[in-house]
Amino acid sequence: MLALVLLGAGVGLALLWAPEDADQGATQRIFYLHVPVALTAYAMLGWGAWKALRLLWTREERYDLASYTGVHIGLIFALLTLATGSIWARASWGVWWDWRERQLVVFLILFLFYSAYFMLRYSLEPGGARGRISAVYALVGVVLIPVSFLAVRLADQFLHPTPLIRRGGPDIEAGMLFTFGVCFAGMLALGATLYANELTGKRLDARLRELREVLT
Amino acid sequence: MSSGDKYLWGAYLVVLLAVLVWVAIIALKLQRLERELGEIVELARRG
Amino acid sequence: MTYLRDAAALARKDLLLELRGRETVPAMVLFVLAVFVAFRFALPEDQERAAAGLLWVAIVLTALLGLVRAFVPEQDQRTLDALVLAPCDRSAIWLGKSFSVLAFLLVAEAAAVPLFGLFFERPSAATVGAILLADVGLAAIGTLMAAMAVGGRAREVLLPLLFLPLAIPVVIGGVGATVAADPARYLGFLALYDAIFAILAWATFEYVVTE
Repeated sequence: MLALVLLGAGVGLALLWAPEDADQGATQRIFYLHVPVALTAYAMLGWGAWKALRLLWTREERYDLASYTGVHIGLIFALLTLATGSIWARASWGVWWDWRERQLVVFLILFLFYSAYFMLRYSLEPGGARGRISAVYALVGVVLIPVSFLAVRLADQFLHPTPLIRRGGPDIEAGMLFTFGVCFAGMLALGATLYANELTGKRLDARLRELREVLT
Repeated sequence: MSSGDKYLWGAYLVVLLAVLVWVAIIALKLQRLERELGEIVELARRG
Repeated sequence: MTYLRDAAALARKDLLLELRGRETVPAMVLFVLAVFVAFRFALPEDQERAAAGLLWVAIVLTALLGLVRAFVPEQDQRTLDALVLAPCDRSAIWLGKSFSVLAFLLVAEAAAVPLFGLFFERPSAATVGAILLADVGLAAIGTLMAAMAVGGRAREVLLPLLFLPLAIPVVIGGVGATVAADPARYLGFLALYDAIFAILAWATFEYVVTE
C-alpha cells in the first residue's frame, strides 16, 4: 500500500516537472500541490463524518476510532492547505495572507472548528458517550463546510466589493488537467495511507490499554 | 532561481517535511507500542 | 402533542428558575453594556461598519454567556440523567432548552438594542430582523454545543471553543444584513442557517445526552 502512495504522490510530483507552465509561470505549479491537499482535506473530513454517521447509526464502537482518525488526518491536511495556500499567496501577490481568498478563509474556520474537536475529545472521559458526542460534532462540521462557504462568499460582498482576482486561470490545457488528476490521486492515496496507519496505531493503542487493564 | 521558484520549492518542501514529521511521529509511536507490548507480555507471564 | 408539552414544561422550568433567581439575564444585559463601552474605544471612529461589528460581537458574546449558564440547573449530572431517563423524546429537551436560551437572549437584547441605538446608531428594521433570526440559530446550535461541553472537564473554556466557529457565519449574516444595501440576501442566509442547524441539532441531540 505504501508503494501505491509513493507511486501516486511521487509520480504526481515527478510529472510536475514535465508539463507546461501557465501564464503565471512557475508559481502556478503550486496549484498542483495546494488544491489536491485541500481536496484531500475535505475528503478526509467527509470520511470522518461518514464514519461518525455509521457510529450513530449502528452504535458499533469501532467507528469511533475511524471517525477520529478521519478528522485527525483531515485537520493535518487542512493545516497543510493553509500553509501551502499562504505560500502561494505570497508567491502570487506578495502577502502571506489575504482575507479575499475565500477557500483559505473557509479552511481557517474549519481549522478552528476541528481543532476544537480535539479539545472536546480530551475533555471527555473515554467511552461510548465520548464517541457519540465526537460523532455528532464531526457531523456538525461537515454541515458547516458548505454553510461557511456560502457565508464567506456573502461576506466578500460587503467586505471587499472589489472583484476577486480569479486564480488558476481558465485556460486549462490537457497536460495540466492530467497532471492535476495524477497529483490529486496521489494526494488522496497519501491521505488514505496516513489514515490507515494512524488508525492502526490508534487501535493498537486501545487494545494494549485494554490488555493492560485486564492484567492488572 | 527566481523568487517564484523559491516559493514553489518552499511549498513542496513544507508538504514533504510534514509527511516526514508524521512518519517520525508514527515511528515513535510504534516504539512506544512495542515497549508497552513488552511490558504487557511480562505482566501476562507473571500473572 | 406530549412532545411539545414536554419541551414547554422544560422551558417553563428554566424560565421560572430565572425569574426567581434573576442571575443570568441581568448579567447578560450588563455584559452587553460593558462590551459596548469597552469595545467602543477599540474601534475606529467613523466607519459605519465599526458600529455594526460591535453590535454583532456583543450579541455573540452575550449568547455565549447565556449558553454557559444554560445547563447549570442540570449541572448536577443526576438531574440531566433524570431528564434523559424521563419518558420523553430527548430532543424535546433540546427544544425546551434552546427555547429558554432564546428567551434569555431576547430579553437581554430588548434592553441592549435600544441602548445600542442610544450610544451608536439606530438599528434598521433589517438589523432587528437579523438579530431575531440570528438568535434562533445561535440558541439552536449553541444548546447542542453546551450539552456536549457539560459532560467534560474545563467546560467553561470548551464551550466558547465549540461555539465561536459556528457563530462566525451568523456574524457574517448579521453584519451583512446591517450594512449591506441589499439585506435580503443576508437575512435569507440567516434563515437558512437557522433551518439547517436547528434540524441538525434537533436530530442529533439525543446522541449527545444519552449514555
